[in-house]
Amino acid sequence: MANGVIAIEEKNFYQQSTNKYSGILSWLLTTDHKRIGLMYLYTISFFFIVGVIIGILMRLELLTPGKTIVDAQTYNTLFTLHGVIMIFLFIIPGLPAIFGNFFLPIQIGARDVAFPRLNLLSYYVYVVGAILVFISLFLPGGPIDTGWTFYIPYSVRSSTNVSMAILAAFILGFSSILTGINFITTVHRLRAPEMTFFKMPLFVWATYATAWIQIIATPVIGITILLVIIERTFGVGIFDPALGGDPILFQHLFWIYSHPAVYIMILPAMGVVSEIIPTFARRTIFGYKAIAMSSLAIAFVGYLVWAHHMFTSGMSDTARWVFSLLTFIVALPSGVKVFNWVATMYKGSIDPQTPFLWVMAFIFLFSIGGLTGLVLGSLATDVHLHDTYFVVAHFHYVMFGGTGTIFFAALHYWFPKMFGRMYFKKVANIAVLLFFIGFNMLYFTKFIMGYMGMPRRYYDYLPQFATLQEISTVGSWILALAIFLMAGNLIYSLRKGPKAGPNPWGGVTLEWHIPSPPPMENFKEIPTITHEPYDFSQLKEMKNES
Amino acid sequence: MNHNTIVGNEYNHTIEHVHRDDVGAKMGMWLFLFTEVLLFGGMFLTYAVYRYQYSEQFRLAAMELNTGIGTLNTVILLTSSLTVALSIAAIQKKNKFLSILMLSVTVVFALMFLVNKYFEWMAKINHGIFPASEELLGRPNGQILFFGLYYVMTGLHGLHVLIGVIVLLFMLYFLIKNDITLDNYTKLENAGLYWHLVDLIWIFLFPLFYLIQ
Repeated sequence: MANGVIAIEEKNFYQQSTNKYSGILSWLLTTDHKRIGLMYLYTISFFFIVGVIIGILMRLELLTPGKTIVDAQTYNTLFTLHGVIMIFLFIIPGLPAIFGNFFLPIQIGARDVAFPRLNLLSYYVYVVGAILVFISLFLPGGPIDTGWTFYIPYSVRSSTNVSMAILAAFILGFSSILTGINFITTVHRLRAPEMTFFKMPLFVWATYATAWIQIIATPVIGITILLVIIERTFGVGIFDPALGGDPILFQHLFWIYSHPAVYIMILPAMGVVSEIIPTFARRTIFGYKAIAMSSLAIAFVGYLVWAHHMFTSGMSDTARWVFSLLTFIVALPSGVKVFNWVATMYKGSIDPQTPFLWVMAFIFLFSIGGLTGLVLGSLATDVHLHDTYFVVAHFHYVMFGGTGTIFFAALHYWFPKMFGRMYFKKVANIAVLLFFIGFNMLYFTKFIMGYMGMPRRYYDYLPQFATLQEISTVGSWILALAIFLMAGNLIYSLRKGPKAGPNPWGGVTLEWHIPSPPPMENFKEIPTITHEPYDFSQLKEMKNES
Repeated sequence: MNHNTIVGNEYNHTIEHVHRDDVGAKMGMWLFLFTEVLLFGGMFLTYAVYRYQYSEQFRLAAMELNTGIGTLNTVILLTSSLTVALSIAAIQKKNKFLSILMLSVTVVFALMFLVNKYFEWMAKINHGIFPASEELLGRPNGQILFFGLYYVMTGLHGLHVLIGVIVLLFMLYFLIKNDITLDNYTKLENAGLYWHLVDLIWIFLFPLFYLIQ
C-alpha cells in the first residue's frame, strides 16, 4: 500500500482509522466510503481473475473439436460459473461499488455516503453471496450447470446445486439494492452547497440513474429466484409445466430484471467515459444535459425491452414486434451519448494518455457491440442468430468491450487519486494495444461463427469451424496476457510507482481539488460550487491553490 | 442537536461530526419499501397470469379456504397498524408510557396473526393439502397452482410479519432505553412504515385468496 510515504500535512485515509481499531480491523469494520470502495476493488478483482481463468479454460477446451481438456459436464458448469461470476460478482457491482463508492461522495462534495454503516453491510452481504457461490461448487451434487439464465424447467430438474448458487445470486441482489438506496439518498441529501443537479459530474448522474435501476429491477429477480428455490425444495408447481406452471413466465420475470441489469452494467461505464473525455480533450463536455438526461432515458426505456431475449420462445407476434420496436428506441439515447463524446473531442486539445486510450478502445468496441445489438433486435435476423455465437460475441463486445474496458479505464484514470502513485504509462499503453488485438481476435471470430450457425454453449463443433475457433483461442491468450500485464503494472506501481500529485491529468471535478490519496473526510471544508462541472478555466485557479 | 434545525437543512452533513439526517433516513426507508412492493409485485403478477389462465379452478380452490380466519386476521392487522401509528403519536406528545403500551399491543396483535395463520395452515396440511402432497397432485393443475401460490405468498407475507415483530421488539427496547425520544423518533417512524407495508400487502392478499368465491 502506498501509505505513509507521501509528505502532505494532512493524514490521508490510509493513515487514519474511522473506528477505534487499527490494523486489519480498521479496514474490515470501517465505515469510510473510500476504504469500503477499496475493499470492493480487491474482492471484485479477485473474482474477475477467477472468471478470466474459467474463460481461458473454456477457450482451451474449444481449441480442438471433441474433448481437449475437460469433459462435457465440466464444460457445462464452466460456462455457467463464468457467467454467474462475471455477471453477479464482477460486472454488476464493479463500477458502482468500487468507483461509485470511492468517487460519488467526493464528486458531490460530501464527506461520506448517506448511510455509511449500511454501506459496510452491503459489502458483507456481497461477500456472503460470493462465498455461497464457492460453497455450491464443492457440495455433493456438483456445481450448477444450467447456464447463468437458470431457465425452467431444467433448473428445477437438474440434480446439481442449483438452489445454493441461485440463493447466492439472490443475496448479491440484496447487496446491490442496498447500495442503490444508499447512492440515491446520498445524491439527494449530501450535495455540497450550490451543487445543483445540473452541476453534478456526469459520473454521478450515471451512477444515480444506475441506482434507480438497481432498486426497480433487482427485487423482481429476487422473487423469481426465490420461487425457483421454493419450487425445487418443496415441489410447489409455479413454473414447472408438469404441474400447470408456465416456463415462459419464468423467462419474462427473469429478463424483467436481467435486461435492465445490462444497463446497471453499462450506465456507470458511460458515466466514466463522460469524465475521461473532457479531461483529456481539455474541453467542456458537449451536450451536458443531453448526456445526463440520456442516462435517465436509458434507465427508463431499458426497463421496457426485456422480451427481446425471448423472440424464439413462442410468445405472441404482437409482443414480439412491440418489444423489437422498443429495443430500437434504446439505441437513441445511447447514440446521443456517443455523438456527444465525439463532439467533445472535436477541436479539443487531446492528450492521449492511458485512460483516454482505453476510452478510444471502448468507443470502437462498444459501437460494434451496439450495432450488432440492432441486428439481434430485429425479429427476422434474430430468429436466425438466436442462441448462436453471434449473441455471445454481441454481449461480450457490449459487456466486456464496453463495461470491462471502462473498468480498466476508470482504474487507470483514478489510480493516482486512489493510491497517490502513478503507474508506468508505456507499459499500460502496451497493455491497451494487446487487449485490443486479443479482444477482437477472441470475439470477432465469434460473430462469423455465429453467422455460420455455431450454437452457443456447445461442447463440440463441426470441422469447418476449426480455424476460427483456433484464432479465437489464441486471441484469449493475448487478451489474458494484456490483463496480466496491466494488473502487474498496477500492482507494482502501488509501491514503486512515481508519486502522483493531486491533479496528474488536469481534471477539474472535485476529486482533483483534494490531495492524492484523499484525506479521511475528503474535504476540510465542504466546498461551495461556483463552476460548471467541466469548466477548464478553473485549472489556473487550481494551480495557484497548490 | 435539535431535530427541528435539521429538517429542511439541505446540507446538514456540514454540521459537526455526528451524522444525522432524519429526512435522508426516511427517504432510504421509502426506497426500501419500494423494493418490497416490487418483490411482492412479481408474485402478484404470477398470480394474475395463472388466475387468468385457470379462473374456474382458482374459484373452486378458494372455496376451501377459511374466510372466517382470514377476516379475523385482516381485522387484527388493520388494528395493529392503528396501534403502531398511535405509538408514534404518543412519543411525539412525549408520552413514553403510552408509546410503549401501544407498541406492545402491536406486537401482541402481530403474534395473534401468526398464531391464526399457523392454525389455518395446519388445518390445510391435515387435510393433505400441501405442495407435492398426493391429495394435491391428484387435483387439476389450476388448483395445484392456487395452493402453491397460497402457501408461497402467505408464507412470504408471514415471514415479513415475523421480521416485523423482531423490528418492533427492537423499537420497544430502544423506547425503554430512551434511544427513541421526542427529538429522535425516526427509527420508530421507519419501523411503523415497514409495519404499514406488511399490513398493506395483506390487504391485497386477503381478497385475492379468500374472497374470490
